[in-house]
Amino acid sequence: MREAFGRALVELGRIRTDFVVLDADVAGGTGTHFFRQEFPDRFIQCGIAEQNMMSVAAGLSTLGLIPIVTCYAVFASLRSIEQARNSIAYPKFNVKIAASHLGLDVGPDGPTHQAIEDLAVFRSIPNFTIVSPADPVELKKALPAVIDLDGPVYLRTGRSPVPTIFDEGLRFELGRGSIIREGRDVTIIAIGVMVHRAIEAAERLHREGISCRVINMSTIKPLDREIIADSASRTGCLVTAEDHTILGGLGGAVAEVLAETVPVRMERVGIRDLFAESGDPQDLARKYHLLPDDIVLAVRKVLRGKQ
Amino acid sequence: MDNDEKDRLERLAAELRKYIIIMNCYAGSGHPGGALSAADIVTYLFHKEINFSPENYQDANRDRFILSKGHSCMVLYAALAQRGFFSTEEFKKLRRIDGMLQGHPDRLKTPGVEFNSGSLGQGFSFALGVALGGKRAGLNFRVYVMLGDGELNEGQVWEGFMFGTHYQLDNLVAIIDYNKFQSDDLNSNVTALEPLHSKLASFGWHVIGINGHDFREIEYAFDRVRKTKGKPSVIVANTVKGKGISFMENNPKWHGSLAPLGEERVRALQECGCENIGGPGELRSR
Repeated sequence: MREAFGRALVELGRIRTDFVVLDADVAGGTGTHFFRQEFPDRFIQCGIAEQNMMSVAAGLSTLGLIPIVTCYAVFASLRSIEQARNSIAYPKFNVKIAASHLGLDVGPDGPTHQAIEDLAVFRSIPNFTIVSPADPVELKKALPAVIDLDGPVYLRTGRSPVPTIFDEGLRFELGRGSIIREGRDVTIIAIGVMVHRAIEAAERLHREGISCRVINMSTIKPLDREIIADSASRTGCLVTAEDHTILGGLGGAVAEVLAETVPVRMERVGIRDLFAESGDPQDLARKYHLLPDDIVLAVRKVLRGKQ
Repeated sequence: MDNDEKDRLERLAAELRKYIIIMNCYAGSGHPGGALSAADIVTYLFHKEINFSPENYQDANRDRFILSKGHSCMVLYAALAQRGFFSTEEFKKLRRIDGMLQGHPDRLKTPGVEFNSGSLGQGFSFALGVALGGKRAGLNFRVYVMLGDGELNEGQVWEGFMFGTHYQLDNLVAIIDYNKFQSDDLNSNVTALEPLHSKLASFGWHVIGINGHDFREIEYAFDRVRKTKGKPSVIVANTVKGKGISFMENNPKWHGSLAPLGEERVRALQECGCENIGGPGELRSR
């Protein structure tokens, strides 16, 4: 995903000159080194100083430039979140925060670098639009839309390679969940790296005769309430899947909508209120129950409770 | 600066202090100490130094004044009203619901305010971003950013000092309102800043120390920093917290968030040359 992000930035940089990229000494990690190489004049190195970087970006935005702030998600969402809130969101500046290294994908670096709270944090701040694409194609399609939106955006770019789900014909629409697979028994709403796992789980369940509707909820805020309520009434139960703590992220957001619209039983797949550990991302996903198997189990459980 | 000009600025600064006390009394709260210490420098900036007015405040080429020590916003509001950005009637609604003047500056609510400062350190970094953006856009405006001395406790500020040097932001001048007090106590009892001058110089900034209440010294400082190329400048302005109101001077109690009441209100209004700010019904008591 980071390579896709870096390449997409370069491609976009060739056709539009209205944005600059800010980096906190992690260009190799976030994929922005491609952009630095091609557009050194539009690349602003801020050093390991994320708090200053957020507020500098706010200042730059007043000159009509669109700053894209890049760093690891854990630092964007926690270390410099107060700067993102007070320097960017509150004054409504046109700044995009593009963060990599999500969830347990960071792997061996361990819990200090695993961003498992970023959705909960950004979701609670007014004026932020939050986008979490599921694959390189969607990321590439989302980027221009994110830059075109006049206002603060938090964009999750990811780190690990993820399988390509969409073809180049994908039409990305901000604020809309998209149905990847139709089904009648249960709805699985997933984001980011969990989308391809949800698809795999749905295929497995299909072979058992369970029909799953799968939704990619790449915009977490504003949340597509209609598709959630509609799915709840069609399938009668629901599972969410996120590479994030189950507290306050996608699962929490969906639960809020269900409670206010069509209350149905739901299960949340995600990190269960704990700090993980170092390890290979795939092994971590297994240990902390983020794999297709875990989605399958959640579906079976929610179906048992379906009225 | 001739004596007439000095007299004019002193009259304007006295009016600024009067406005601060009036709005402080109307609001029944606020941060008068740091607003009063900054009054002379802000007067100089708004009436002599910066190219900023109700006519041009949205032009890309205007100079920017950013009050990073946002809690001292009463001095900014007073200066903006003095320059005609809005009516002094707005003072009555300071810190009140549906008012234009928030407890800390808000660019979306108050004309002339550049940034929603108040969370300390952020206005400084914002100013650095504006200065860098100005250079990249080939614009010639200058950025003036005022910090509190207590604000220097924030780590973000020192990230910013490194950033300013790295990008050689000679279109920016930081002014430190060095009144020696912060919220709880003297700086020296909270977090020692000294040796401040050499600290700032070691970060690569052009440092100049002045008496922040002497208009000739203020003029000298701004003239010098305008001629400094290749690095940003910082003016360390030695000031008196609560300057102009006898019982507020050098008294940490008047950092905030409060306003003079009863006897003290009468004295404060007298000392700033204002006998009456309307019926008692217009004043909010705590």
